[in-house]
Amino acid sequence: MTMIFGVPAAAFYGQLLLGLINGAFYALLSLGLAVIFGLLKIINFSHGAQYMLGAFAAYLLLSVLGINYWAALFLAPLIVGLLGVLIERYLLRRIAHIDHIYGLLLTFGLALVIQGTFTNWFGVSGSRYPVPELLQGGINLGFMFLPIYRAWIVVVALVVCFGVWFMIEKTKLGGYLRAGTENSALMQAFGVNVPLLVTLTYGFGVGLAALGGVLAAPVYSVSPDMGSNLLIVVFAVVVIGGMGSIVGAILTGLLMGIVEGLTKVYYPEASNVVIFLVMIIVLLVRPAGLFGKGA
Amino acid sequence: MTSATDKSFEDLRISDLHSFYGESHILHGIDLNVKRGELVTLLGRNGSGRSTTLKSIMNMVGKRTGSIMINGEETINTLPHHIARLGVGFCPEERGIFASLNVEENLLLPPTVRSDGMSLDEIYDMFPNLLERRKSVGTRLSGGEQQMLAMARILRTGARILLLDEITEGLAPVIVQKLAEVLEKLKSKGLTILLVEQNFRFAAPIADRHYLMEHGQIVEEIRKDELESKQEILNTYLGV
Repeated sequence: MTMIFGVPAAAFYGQLLLGLINGAFYALLSLGLAVIFGLLKIINFSHGAQYMLGAFAAYLLLSVLGINYWAALFLAPLIVGLLGVLIERYLLRRIAHIDHIYGLLLTFGLALVIQGTFTNWFGVSGSRYPVPELLQGGINLGFMFLPIYRAWIVVVALVVCFGVWFMIEKTKLGGYLRAGTENSALMQAFGVNVPLLVTLTYGFGVGLAALGGVLAAPVYSVSPDMGSNLLIVVFAVVVIGGMGSIVGAILTGLLMGIVEGLTKVYYPEASNVVIFLVMIIVLLVRPAGLFGKGA
Repeated sequence: MTSATDKSFEDLRISDLHSFYGESHILHGIDLNVKRGELVTLLGRNGSGRSTTLKSIMNMVGKRTGSIMINGEETINTLPHHIARLGVGFCPEERGIFASLNVEENLLLPPTVRSDGMSLDEIYDMFPNLLERRKSVGTRLSGGEQQMLAMARILRTGARILLLDEITEGLAPVIVQKLAEVLEKLKSKGLTILLVEQNFRFAAPIADRHYLMEHGQIVEEIRKDELESKQEILNTYLGV
């Protein structure tokens, strides 16, 4: 049997893949958080609940309306994103002029309400969402077995992350977003409708979370608490990457997934805490985060 | 009556303007006007309310009352992002160059507000330094280059009424001289300019009129031909 650093190769690659998949979710979610934090300066505590809503939207679209996975991949982020637009327009905007800590409290409260409502309706046991037919099965790569759906998650997450990075760094609209992040009052004085930009940005970040939820539905069970478990780790990822850094959020997300996966191979007992250990070390050595600017 | 050649038309008319930041009352009943093609300065000490006057025109203060007519249109209730669309370009005191954008991105950032703005070629012609450094990060430029970028940025949008806040502050004499030439050029193109300035020797030769501000009020209006006779008043308020 092939060994890698004293571990069977199959186990090594298996955990590496699992880590990469978790990393893909971390990257998608922390990317949405970073985009929202950049312009709104709000730490969106309902991000986990919105991820869960994405999974439930896909689940309900299928079980109630018979709408399949491929349509849900677009519809669920759109529906949940529109909900985000309403949340920004009618709740967050009202408190935008006061301390941003209130935004954090509001989104945290919202998360509790959403999660509680869904627990009330669906219970906590979770529902199954089938893997779409086209993505069932797997490929034997020789050194390991690769389930197609898991590879799909990684590919979609990478494509979406790259697309968002490109849009923000290389397009005119992204330029508005970056400039608005720095000085929104001046952008307004230049004639840019900043309130609209803020609303759409929040909706977009929420849509990203929902997309993560749809991707997760076939691999994790669709349950009301699926987001809150994930969100804690995602916050640690955002802190490690540096608040508001787009590239930082993506790379750190993937990296931390892999670190977590490899820890499962070499020292499983620490796998649940390793990301938080990294966070503590980064905070001590580089308080602004790996990709953050300034101190 | 709003033809571009009518020199008596008031591009900007402010009456009884009061402005507030939260609880603090900053401007106490400002009245001023700037005619089409005129270059008018707001002189005064730091904290006399000159920058706040410009920000009030842009609706960037907490609250404002009174009347601000831009191009003959009442704007006291106009949303901030609609004001630029009336043909107003604002150059803030801190210059507002975006660190996450390079020079050319900074230049192309503000949306066009009128069709007859300067082209990129004309702008690079006027500010050759910006052409050389167009791929540099905006905030890596020298202070003078940043100031030119901040000016160039609003010229490209086609703004016809320029609000310029302390554009010579902290700059070397040779750059200040260059900015004076730029302002002369803009004036000859018929642009209307309201300039907040500390450097009286920069402002005096190019301005048509001056307003002196103190404690959030306008205390004196001085025409170009009155500068000598009112030198005493200037010295009192500016402390020169």
